[in-house]
Amino acid sequence: MTAPKTSVDRLGRLLNLVPYLLARPGILISEAAADLDVSERQLREDLELLWVCGLPGYGPGDLIDMALDGDRVTISHDAGIDRPLRLTQDEALALVVALRMLAETPGTGSRDVIERALAKIENAAGDLADAPVAVKLPANAEKLDQIRAAVEGGHALRMTYYTAARDETTERVVDPMRVLMVGGRAYLEAWCRRAEATRMFRVDRIDAFTELDEPSAPPPEAAPQDVSDGVFKPTADLPLMTLRIGRHSRWITEYYPVEEVRPSSSGEWIVTMRITDLGWAQRLLMGLGPDVTVIGPPELLERIREQATAALDQYSSPAR
Amino acid sequence: MSRTRTERLVNLVICLLSTRRFLTAAQIAATVPGYEHDPEDPRDHEAFQRKFERDKAELRELGVPLETGTASVFDQEPGYRIAHREYALPDIILEPDEAAAVGIAARLWQHAGLAAAASSGLAKLRAAGVEVDPQATLGVEPVVTVDPAFGPLTSAARDRRAVTFSYRVPEVDEPATRRLEPWGVVCWRGRWYVVGHDRDRNATRCFRLSRIVGSARPVGRPGAFVPPAKVDLISHVAGFDGPVQRTGRATVVARHGRAAGLRRWAVSTQPDPDGDKLTLPYGDAERLGATLAGYGPDVYVEGPPEVRDAVIQHLKEVMARHEGVVAA
Repeated sequence: MTAPKTSVDRLGRLLNLVPYLLARPGILISEAAADLDVSERQLREDLELLWVCGLPGYGPGDLIDMALDGDRVTISHDAGIDRPLRLTQDEALALVVALRMLAETPGTGSRDVIERALAKIENAAGDLADAPVAVKLPANAEKLDQIRAAVEGGHALRMTYYTAARDETTERVVDPMRVLMVGGRAYLEAWCRRAEATRMFRVDRIDAFTELDEPSAPPPEAAPQDVSDGVFKPTADLPLMTLRIGRHSRWITEYYPVEEVRPSSSGEWIVTMRITDLGWAQRLLMGLGPDVTVIGPPELLERIREQATAALDQYSSPAR
Repeated sequence: MSRTRTERLVNLVICLLSTRRFLTAAQIAATVPGYEHDPEDPRDHEAFQRKFERDKAELRELGVPLETGTASVFDQEPGYRIAHREYALPDIILEPDEAAAVGIAARLWQHAGLAAAASSGLAKLRAAGVEVDPQATLGVEPVVTVDPAFGPLTSAARDRRAVTFSYRVPEVDEPATRRLEPWGVVCWRGRWYVVGHDRDRNATRCFRLSRIVGSARPVGRPGAFVPPAKVDLISHVAGFDGPVQRTGRATVVARHGRAAGLRRWAVSTQPDPDGDKLTLPYGDAERLGATLAGYGPDVYVEGPPEVRDAVIQHLKEVMARHEGVVAA
């Protein structure tokens, strides 16, 4: 979280600051500021403000007192705010659900630790911890476990990977960066030495791998991708395809990123999507139901007609 | 907030925490700096009352448990106090690895509101003396995103309050208004669902949060229903798709170097004059037929007839629907 802006945030921060410092006598102000994610100047202002607050009477023995020793601070009188405020409903929900997610994530390798942490947080949150949220993230836990262990080993990996976009299986050497779950799927993010770029590899498409002796060494330009909007983000330079789809194939628009959906008067939708590869589009479209028709680009339409004709010819020719 | 206002509020919290007696507004005004006013002057007094109301609202917004009561049965005017045991976070002792797990969990949220809630929650744990290693990782980290309806639905489920929302199913043109008694929210295979009793259908229903248009609105009073005891939310959502049994075996010839996607799940591969003969396990002939059709002339189905026929039928349909199409 960035520096709190609203008034409630500042009050919350101040009420939290006293017990925080109380638990860490003599902490460096710079260290506390970094830990609390505020500037050092802001923290000093907060301390000055607390200094004039205290118990009714507001005399020397009543006010919050602290020893400022150069760059260090020690609270010597807390005026009764010796504990942080209870978790709010939203705080309890955010922590409990995230921990449940973590506990359910296959391959984390420390499920018991997460479960223990969860139990303690639930206990501290009291009634609020009873979040009506259940989580299940099924995946091939065994494979994910192997990949994670390999990544933690800190070595480069040689792997056999299936690329659905080009329908090919290739060997490549990668420098692993992290393993993550996005939308119920596990990915290995790594620097691919073949592509000389950072890539997201779906764990279920890593058909085999071996750990190399050399260490994983992603180059400095290998930056983790922001996946908050999903893993596949079509870019504007990719070609568009246009489909006419019937009612029963509208699910396509929920499943694949689409650029535009235009309902037509007949109840059919005209849908445009970006495609990385014509072959991929062909395999997808020829496998879809009878109410999906390609209307562009011309080369895709041509390709589909050609491929379907050639495929059918195999079954009519007596040679086979 | 001005410095004086913050100062006044901190002093108010300290004052109310330190008292066992309920303090009336007048007593508070006489004690806490910043509330000085002339109670005899109606305008001044009214200004004080407004200020005090705002301050109380602010404390409640922050989650400060402000208690209201009277000091004795003879008192008419309500007083205020804060019970320390209600205010304070209970003792929590986390081992370093447990604290690291909480720290990681708090970072998972991609949703701004929940991310802020997670980090302010974590700040409280730190204030309770928990040391969190910001560098810790767990090997595999889930990226947690939620749909806008997540917050309102979890609140409603907790409060046992009915909700109404506009729900759009792709096959249907217009979104429909649904009324639900939400039992809980489920994350299944990376998607969020709400499970509950559908008041219009009078039955248990699941809804995908991504199909809710806008958000969900609570209707009626809290405590309006009781969810079934020990309800297994996951089972209601997971019941949609059971495991697929792949007992069928199809024989398919894949051209040399082609159809890599099929080769990956072949249970056996034999050399063949035209390529490789693959044995593919399958459950549903139609589904396999559709997949195989996608590979065009790169594959040739030898059998069984149900798969072969499905492929031929599928390809004929592809031909038929693209006949006469003029590229846009």
